[in-house]
Amino acid sequence: MARAPHVIGVDGGSVDPGPYYLGAGVPFCSTMAIRRDLRLMLHAAIAARIPLMIGTSGGAGGAPHLELTAKLVREIAAEEALQFRLALIQAEPPRVELQRRLAAGRIRPLGKQPPLTAEALERASRVVGMMGPEPFMEALDNGAQVILAGRASDPAPWAAAAIRAQLPPAPAWYAGKMLECGATPSIPKGHDCLLVTVREDGVECEPMNPIRRCTPLSIANHSLHENSSPIHHIEPGGMLDTSDCRFEALSDRAVRISGMRWRPAAQYTAKLEGVEFAGYRCISICGTRDPLLIARLPLFLEEVRGIVHEKAAAFGAAPESYSLIIRTYGLDGVMGAREPEQQVAGHEVGFVIEVIAETPEIAAAVLGIARTNMLHTDFLGRLCREGNMAFPFSPSDIPVGPVYRFSIHHVLELDHPCEIFPITYENI
Amino acid sequence: MPSIRELARICKSKNAGPFDLTIDIVFDDVALYQKVRASGVISEVLFARLYGVAVDDVLLTPYDAAMAIKATFPRLVPAGGIGDTDVYGCQQHAPLLDVEIPF
Repeated sequence: MARAPHVIGVDGGSVDPGPYYLGAGVPFCSTMAIRRDLRLMLHAAIAARIPLMIGTSGGAGGAPHLELTAKLVREIAAEEALQFRLALIQAEPPRVELQRRLAAGRIRPLGKQPPLTAEALERASRVVGMMGPEPFMEALDNGAQVILAGRASDPAPWAAAAIRAQLPPAPAWYAGKMLECGATPSIPKGHDCLLVTVREDGVECEPMNPIRRCTPLSIANHSLHENSSPIHHIEPGGMLDTSDCRFEALSDRAVRISGMRWRPAAQYTAKLEGVEFAGYRCISICGTRDPLLIARLPLFLEEVRGIVHEKAAAFGAAPESYSLIIRTYGLDGVMGAREPEQQVAGHEVGFVIEVIAETPEIAAAVLGIARTNMLHTDFLGRLCREGNMAFPFSPSDIPVGPVYRFSIHHVLELDHPCEIFPITYENI
Repeated sequence: MPSIRELARICKSKNAGPFDLTIDIVFDDVALYQKVRASGVISEVLFARLYGVAVDDVLLTPYDAAMAIKATFPRLVPAGGIGDTDVYGCQQHAPLLDVEIPF
């Protein structure tokens, strides 16, 4: 804070941990960890009289994620006697509103997604819109010092601060791109703070932890992060073109990036992210150290699958009512069908047995049969007559809860960048 | 012949959204980067072969500013979907490491 920044920003989430957190409405990080970070940032921002802006609060940026983060902020403020104006920006539009816009032809698929249907929209467990910088700017204009937002484009909080300070959109967005993962654009990789200075013609990045350094290579690496194209970054309201960027070392720990361009879009769009319920999962973890079994693995697993289908059908679980997946670590557990190595090279093999079914009861019942048959199914040449698998836990079967899948990956055309992101204010 | 693991400074995979995987190979020497590019080995055809996708589904973008080559193509299963093996998509780079570059 001795460097006197003008804003503290956080990108609080992502779709990256998968569809569960958006679907279930729970955070990806623990409330203990979120509370620790919020406390540090609230103290620093209030003492320095600068804004604290958090995008994609609570990990997925839905209404429950935003409410959880707001609750933690209110509790910390009460405990520490901090005073500020708080803005909450919602990003989970009412479903009827989205249906109305779908009917008006204003929702388009992204990539290879099929067009959205009213049924898929209805079926979704939760749908969020991804805001750009404009709602943050509106909240700042209305005097908010602490801004908690639902789903937001990762760079949006910082882009908002820089654009509102009359800086051009290209370096403003680029600054956000560098800041969205904290100190990640530095080496050694770690999770703390990055200071970015935005200028008319570029940005300067420097990690605040003295053990880290930004180098042209570490910045170049981060410029490639999680985008399908390294040169065209589609954002709400336009495209950040980085094809002519230059990376220059300013010192042995700071890098200057220049040459970025912003191309405004003819139509402002907000991405929609939605997930739908896909069943209940139950898993069991086990491993084998038996070279005779490892040598016959494909046949053995095929036989186990056959027995499970037969026995599950006998208690009323038809094969189409569940999915049975046996993951083989030591063979293709990491790459699945894309694994080029077809032989086990090691002396032991690990398994995750997984069943996903319409109800938790069916998932647990089928998993139980699968676990028993992994343990006891015979194979040619078997010497280990007492059991094939080492199970590390009792109970061996672990209900994992609901499973979701990404079902909406579309864009919504907006007439005004703030129109589906309502803001409420509180004096704390 | 040297392989990518010997020539590159970074070789990594990651999700680019829930439906695509993106792979980056980054160099720290402009002459080396230009030689690797000129070899033509790192192509749409290479990724199609290594990852079992159609050549037309591979978006290959050299990025001179970063001395990097990026390839993006569809995931086998959407991130976190039933049967996915790698929610973050961050362990799909290994088949590239032993690709040899003829100089």
